[in-house]
Amino acid sequence: MASKAVYSQHRDPLLKKRDDFEDILEERRKTSDLRYALRCYTPALYKGLTPCTVSDLKTMVLQSDQLLYVINQVSKETGTATDEIQLEAEAILEEMAHRLQLTTVRFFAFTLSKIFKTLFRSICVNEEGIQRLQQAIQEHPVVLLPSHRSYMDFLLVSYILYTYDLALPVIAAGMDFMGMKIVGEMLRMSGAFFIRRSFGGDKLYWAVFSEYVKTMLKNGFAPVEFFLEGTRSRTAKSLTPKLGLLNIVMDPFLKGQVFDVSLVPVSISYERILEEALYARELLGVPKPKESTSGLFKARKILSENYGSIHVYFGQPVSARSLAEGRVDRSQFNLTPRHIPSKPSEGIQDFVNDSAFRLVRSQEENMVLKPWVLLAALLLQNQAAGNKLGVLVEDLTEQAVWLRDLSRQFGAFLHWPDHVPPSRVVSSSLSLHRSLVRVSEGRVQLNSESGSGFPPAAMTPEEELLSKAVVVLSCASYRNQVLHVFIRAALLACAVHSVTGSRKQEIFNTFSFLRNMFSNEFILRPGAEVQDFEEACYLLVKSAVLQIHQQEVLVTDSGHRTLAFLTSILDPFVQGYQMVCRFLCEEATETLTENQFVPAVRKFFIKHLLTGGLKYVEVLSSDLQKNALAALLRLGAVQKLRGGADQGTLKVNTVMVNSLEDTLGGKLPTQKTLAARL
Amino acid sequence: MASNSSGDESSRHQTARHRLSVIAGHLQRPTDRNAALLAVDCKAQGSQPNVNTSDRGEGRTVPRRRQEIMKWNGWGYSDSRFLFNKKGQAEFTGNRYRLSGMIIPGLKDWMEGTFGANLQHKTQATPVLNTSAVQPPTLNEAFVEELKSTGIPFSHEAEDRVFRAHGHCLHEIFALREGKIGRVPDMVVWPNCHNDVVKIVELACKHNVCLIPYGGGTSVSSALECPPEETRSIVSLDTSQMNRILWIDEKNLTAHVESGIVGQDLERLLNESGYCTGHEPDSMEFSSLGGWVATRASGMKKNIYGNIEDLVIHIKMVTPRGVIEKSCQGPRMSTGPDIHHFILGSEGTLGVVTEVTIKIRPMPEYQKYGSVVFPNFEQGVACLREVARQRCAPASIRLMDNEQFKFGHALKPQVSSIFTSFLDGLKKFYITKFKGFDPNRLCVATLLFEGPREKVLQHEKQVYDIAAKFGGLAAGEDNGQRGYMLTFVIAYLRDLGMDYYVIGESFETSVPWDRVLDICRNVKARIIRECKDKGVQFPPLSTCRVTQTYDAGACVYFYFAFNYRGLSDPVHVYEQVEHAAREEILANGGSLSHHHGVGKLRKEWMRETVSNVGVGMLKSVKDYVDPNNIFGNRNLL
Repeated sequence: MASKAVYSQHRDPLLKKRDDFEDILEERRKTSDLRYALRCYTPALYKGLTPCTVSDLKTMVLQSDQLLYVINQVSKETGTATDEIQLEAEAILEEMAHRLQLTTVRFFAFTLSKIFKTLFRSICVNEEGIQRLQQAIQEHPVVLLPSHRSYMDFLLVSYILYTYDLALPVIAAGMDFMGMKIVGEMLRMSGAFFIRRSFGGDKLYWAVFSEYVKTMLKNGFAPVEFFLEGTRSRTAKSLTPKLGLLNIVMDPFLKGQVFDVSLVPVSISYERILEEALYARELLGVPKPKESTSGLFKARKILSENYGSIHVYFGQPVSARSLAEGRVDRSQFNLTPRHIPSKPSEGIQDFVNDSAFRLVRSQEENMVLKPWVLLAALLLQNQAAGNKLGVLVEDLTEQAVWLRDLSRQFGAFLHWPDHVPPSRVVSSSLSLHRSLVRVSEGRVQLNSESGSGFPPAAMTPEEELLSKAVVVLSCASYRNQVLHVFIRAALLACAVHSVTGSRKQEIFNTFSFLRNMFSNEFILRPGAEVQDFEEACYLLVKSAVLQIHQQEVLVTDSGHRTLAFLTSILDPFVQGYQMVCRFLCEEATETLTENQFVPAVRKFFIKHLLTGGLKYVEVLSSDLQKNALAALLRLGAVQKLRGGADQGTLKVNTVMVNSLEDTLGGKLPTQKTLAARL
Repeated sequence: MASNSSGDESSRHQTARHRLSVIAGHLQRPTDRNAALLAVDCKAQGSQPNVNTSDRGEGRTVPRRRQEIMKWNGWGYSDSRFLFNKKGQAEFTGNRYRLSGMIIPGLKDWMEGTFGANLQHKTQATPVLNTSAVQPPTLNEAFVEELKSTGIPFSHEAEDRVFRAHGHCLHEIFALREGKIGRVPDMVVWPNCHNDVVKIVELACKHNVCLIPYGGGTSVSSALECPPEETRSIVSLDTSQMNRILWIDEKNLTAHVESGIVGQDLERLLNESGYCTGHEPDSMEFSSLGGWVATRASGMKKNIYGNIEDLVIHIKMVTPRGVIEKSCQGPRMSTGPDIHHFILGSEGTLGVVTEVTIKIRPMPEYQKYGSVVFPNFEQGVACLREVARQRCAPASIRLMDNEQFKFGHALKPQVSSIFTSFLDGLKKFYITKFKGFDPNRLCVATLLFEGPREKVLQHEKQVYDIAAKFGGLAAGEDNGQRGYMLTFVIAYLRDLGMDYYVIGESFETSVPWDRVLDICRNVKARIIRECKDKGVQFPPLSTCRVTQTYDAGACVYFYFAFNYRGLSDPVHVYEQVEHAAREEILANGGSLSHHHGVGKLRKEWMRETVSNVGVGMLKSVKDYVDPNNIFGNRNLL
């Protein structure tokens, strides 16, 4: 059933067809949860399934040619007897493997029903997507790829699949969950399998792990689920995809062991993220609490809050076969036995990387955006503009309606209730997020502090700033949800804005520069500059912002408002990156290491924020700082030393960093920066 | 089994009779023993074309005018075909085959069930060749004049020319049924011996005429298609009259044979002397020795006798540069690259194979069919792999998948006795109910053992023991024998299908053992998906079987057919699907061809198959041997 369309086959985003949603909690509120949890569960299975138990699976993995080969290899390298390594492999598998069990699933079905009903107003699912998935499960092995914003994600997906009588997935989860004693085991019994966060050089571990996943996939034991982004996004922006697991699930197709694999992007959007404030603090440098069962219980006070609704969109299944069509020559695997592990060729790596970006982008495109997301964007811009008093509710409403229309033109999947007057939409959004905004005397303002945590009295200016930053970053995490809609147009807008004159080529160069600069920050498919540029041009021409001629790009009279909005939505990032550059030029010592980078930058930023040299509080986000560093490393402006005493030391190419900063600030034309790099 | 009662009673060799009944015995014709082994000189056979000369052709299957006994727009003998009789029952006509004259009750349901075909929806083939649709011949007058003086028979009649313009690819037969005739040879010559060929090739070089060798005409690679861009006069060189066994050397167990002899004649004639070659490709009724050499053919009993490259000891080929042959008949030589391998698989691009010395073996004392039912295809393949590992493969071992098992079932002739049908019912009950085999998953392997009786029985036990380890149950001789019979009639079935809007074909590959299951699954799935994508309205038949085992891999055959009602250009759709299936084969580690050859149908993949240098090597041989492209069929490269 997997279709060829990966994303935006239609150039016109308005033509994008999206399914309707059904609220699955509605039924839960009417009928018995117990009966629901105990009902007959008979999912449709993969047509090629060879039925096997959880322990059969383990045996298959342990006896696979792949694993035996690696065991022999390791034995030869280390001189250890194969029996011992075999035992080691068994132990790894034992630690890793799930023990999917229907009783536990039923337990979760019951308790989650209770919890979900308390926390959320509704859980909306696109039933057509469910039907497509049901078809796909029967046809080919399925990989579920949900977006990752919350711990809830995988429980939620399993819960939904159980509700619709679909095969429950097995889920790749980080080992840190296993620290949570009972919960860890329960997750295991509901289908989670655990992988170590890093096992770089451990051949045996990799072999057991990849073989385990492949065996489940090939046999059609269950849909395999993992998070392309690798970890929860703390910023609500999609993260640059990790390729390890995608490589593994593509492999059986590429090597002909299955006819096809259906990759199903799942977009989960929360109206309010449970971890909202937690993330903000984490980004500001308060370390993330270790997952523990008691921690989870402490978190139960969140049960008293209203977290709005959740939208889960099961996207069009993407066929690995059609992704590879014309891109991968599968006969490259003809000349080596397939059980001998080999590093994927460059061509395969590019293919998997490209596929991963396409998949993440299709996750993004099917994320439901709530009106609050637009409000957050507007409020942040307003605040950055220095408006201390806040904005009048009426003005905010007017702006929101304007932005609503704009984002719809850009193809955003916006859930704005059109039958409700805009003022009501705005006020109800504001009230759901009253921990972040307050309305007084008809004016809306961001709270200066978050509802809990920091002591209210006797704060130093720095503490005050951080407290404010928690709110700003929380807000930004909502604004970020809409960024993918505007990012290409925003890059173009910035390019138009910073280029003097209107030569199309020059604008394209600047666009490429910016796109390149920010490709660690946003989902921008490698090598798709021209496509992205064209898409941006198309959108801005269509919304009557630009007129594009053969050689020239002109801004229309009516286009300035949109252009201003677009440039300012990107502005915090531009300024953040500039400041990172400045930090590296001005403050970086010879001995600065990667680990010291974030705290040092933070200190530098706080100093400048307090003295007013920096206007965006959100640049305090360690995410932005790390992305900026990654970009500089990628561009070669900074080098990371490896080995010896200097391990991890950053070596800054001051000339280049300087010129990058200037180019970002529009002081240098793009051409010069490019030259400076050489 | 076969109805070979007339005139065979007096046969000298009991064994020969048995052999006859087994393979070539599908034919019912008196064998003229006097004509069997004539080591005659090559005499000019009179100058008028189309005159059957007296001392040859006797006891041989293929006359100069093939149309006398064979269909011009379908497979095989004119008198043998499937049809639905007035009662709507399928029936096989004629009296040449075991199935001849029998009612096949299950076929109608199978066709309707598998393809959604309907007896009401029939497409009639053009009954007779409309000679006016054939382009008048472009003759090279000088060539014709000189040819006349040699006395070698030739013809430029439309029927003769059309007959030699095609093989048996679907698109070729489909076009003929529609009465569409493309570029055809401008004339046909029938050399009688090696020297005739030498003369023809010399004349062709002298007058720059394009020669296309023609053997049995059973190609399925578009190899016989005349290149439309060819502007010279095209002469089809039909070897069918070069069909004598020139000598048999019992000391060395070799026979020296003219290349035009067809498989069934070669076997029959050798059988009469107590020998056989053991080379039995599925097309052996019609395909010729020279054709086998030119395409690297493979026979179903290669496990005992070897493939054609293992069987030939000496080859004589006439090329534009002269005659190529080795100077001795040593069994193996270390004299640089084996020049036989330039000839084997050259597909008529370098010259005409005229004479071949081929290994012969005493006829086997005993033959026994057998079959094994497996719960599923995976188990079956595992068993074949184990048999190959132990190197104990019987003369033939073939594994059919579930769809083909059902197909074979549908071809069971009507049984006369209640007892047999009761027994069948009992067998079915035992396998599906008692043993718990799923009728929609089980598959069957057919076996053929040959050799001394004791050894055969021993061998049989060994193979059945291995099969048992993989859940296989012995399923009787009958099932096995029917499986092999099917190979001969399956080509006739395609003609029946085409009468009812069903088109199909088979194609093959060879693949390492570890990929057998994957390739079977993926290619079958690809066919189904492509059909759907290309708008085929009915689910296609997409099935396969493993037909040969080797130490390092197997040969896999795919059958693919669909009901084309509702398609405006069914042949194009068919070709697209086959193309996609071939790409899938290559992507799954399969070879471009195991024994059908490349022809023109598959030459687009030659470069990736043998690498640039490989193609260059082949090209340089062609450039040296045939610089003016006299053998201009443009196969292979």
